[in-house]
Amino acid sequence: MDHPTRSPISRPPTPFERVTDRVFRFACSAFAWLTIIVMAYIVLQITWKASPAISEYGAGFLSGRKWDPNTSEYGILPEIWGTLYSSLLALFIGSFFGIAVAVFLSEGYLGNFVFRVLKLFGIQFHRFWGKLPAWSEATLKNLVELLAAIPSVVYGLWGIFVVMPMLREPCNWLHENMEWFPLFSTRYQGPGMLTASFVLAIMILPTISAIARDALVAVPPKLREASYGLGATRWETILSVVLPTASGGIFGGIVLAFGRALGETMALAMLVGNMNTIDVSIFSPANTLAALLANNFSEAGSDEMKVGVLMYAGVVLMAITLFVNMIGSLILQRATKGLKGMR
Amino acid sequence: MASPDKDPSSLSEIELTRLEHSLRKPRTLLSGFLTLVTTVLTFTALVPLFSVVFMLFYRGGSTMFEFSGYPWEWVRWSLFYELPPAAFDDGGGFGNALVGTLIMVAIAALISVPFGIMASIFLAELGAQSKTASVVRFCAKVLSGFPSILAGVFAYGAVVLVTGKFSAYAGGVALSILMLPVVMLTSEEAIRMVPSRMKEASIGMGATQTQTMWYVTLPTALPGIITGVMLAVARAAGETAPLLFTALFSNYWSMSTWSPTSLELNEPTASMAVLIYNFSSSFVDNQKEMAWSASLVLVLVVLMTNLIGKSLSSSGPKR
Repeated sequence: MDHPTRSPISRPPTPFERVTDRVFRFACSAFAWLTIIVMAYIVLQITWKASPAISEYGAGFLSGRKWDPNTSEYGILPEIWGTLYSSLLALFIGSFFGIAVAVFLSEGYLGNFVFRVLKLFGIQFHRFWGKLPAWSEATLKNLVELLAAIPSVVYGLWGIFVVMPMLREPCNWLHENMEWFPLFSTRYQGPGMLTASFVLAIMILPTISAIARDALVAVPPKLREASYGLGATRWETILSVVLPTASGGIFGGIVLAFGRALGETMALAMLVGNMNTIDVSIFSPANTLAALLANNFSEAGSDEMKVGVLMYAGVVLMAITLFVNMIGSLILQRATKGLKGMR
Repeated sequence: MASPDKDPSSLSEIELTRLEHSLRKPRTLLSGFLTLVTTVLTFTALVPLFSVVFMLFYRGGSTMFEFSGYPWEWVRWSLFYELPPAAFDDGGGFGNALVGTLIMVAIAALISVPFGIMASIFLAELGAQSKTASVVRFCAKVLSGFPSILAGVFAYGAVVLVTGKFSAYAGGVALSILMLPVVMLTSEEAIRMVPSRMKEASIGMGATQTQTMWYVTLPTALPGIITGVMLAVARAAGETAPLLFTALFSNYWSMSTWSPTSLELNEPTASMAVLIYNFSSSFVDNQKEMAWSASLVLVLVVLMTNLIGKSLSSSGPKR
């Protein structure tokens, strides 16, 4: 305070403050580095624990069809098939609905509808009612996002008690009348590929619709307006201008949802039937990598080989999901970059 | 501008009739039809949500609520403090599973929240443009798409095999792997949203970067950070797969008395999610009903946390 010109509210940092600053900044970057280390540690840990099984079974593990701890015969071909098949089936259903939801949300259909209803009463700019269109849009968007918040074990429970009985009648009919068609060639038994994929589709729908909606909203308005100006109808614009422009983002979202479907565990473990079969029929029970891990790990005990084969299956699952996720992220990154020039 | 003496028939080159908006035209019909299809598909997509919620209240609520007597007797409170029923027992509850879930989510939050926030400060402020930051961001994105079961596999190898025991710690570690990217990426976003003039004012007054962080940036970004933490907690509370073979399950309390010192964290611990999974395939009606009412409680907790978290960030700071 001996310095007359020094302002009472600002002063240079004291040596102590400089040191704490250094320490804090160091700690922050240390934690950032730790993220990379944790990531690497996870990958190495799983691979390392799998190494006895990898050296014992080698590539034959991937093509083996039997899983029998008694005879120490292990193979995960049915699981790989089941994982890919159920995810693709779910992706097919999920992206159909997901893109429809994304278009519905990005076009603001609900808001427009509410606005028109309000206009009938002449209160579309009312202080309270005027907010209703925006509010209804936001509620719809949140409801779709809530689908993602429900725990997967609850979806599994719901699948057992609601979806399974619901699908029984139509599936039996399909089997009886269209048995020649490979997809319907086995009897519907309840747990199986279709039940699992159906629930899985619901679980990945919010991922697809959220990313696809972002991609659709990011389409520059002038493209849309130009299309309207040329006399195109709303759907001609959507199909020939908006969707192609946003296709990169939508595709990225679908790939990320595929990654999510591949790693999804509980709903599948509860609904897929856990049988090591390879069958194109969508009614047949099957197994997935994640469900295999969920069902067998707690009984593996401390037997190094039993743990090893499960870890090996984990490595395969990790390789598939990491690959798919990286592709998805790259596509999304490219799609957002591609749109930047058009603004 | 067309001159007044121009022949009006030249306008016919545009064919005014083609511009007419008529419902009878196939183009308009197609447009309307596709609009209808999208609307139907969108609302069909919401049917499962309502079906799940309805079933939870219908099946879970029938065990949980009985509307007779005084209002506080409507809820069967014993569900919340009794142990899970054995195969042919009546009654029972999921008290230990509720406590177990709370304990494991708390352990996971203790690990992942400080970790995530510190790393996000680096990502958003200290090294935003650096190579390290982009690698860290990439790792966090990869982790956020990481299958939850693999987090369990990792915790099994890193904790269960090392300590030789299924424990709440192992479950907490597995959950923290899943919470970390959510906390980190949402906090980074929240810290980035803090207006730079506020930080510059603080630096200009002679504050160090650390002081600016603690007194200006973090308090302003707090709603967004809490959103991230709550979303992460909601996700972790509902996760089953990573707990199946890390925390396992237990039919008993994880403490012998009501004091924190008697907590047995190094023992197998029950959780709501695993209880639902175990009882879902039960052949006894009482246990099935228990799975439904446990689901109802779990979903209510998860949805509440989710909604509160989201509503916090929408009232956050504006640029």
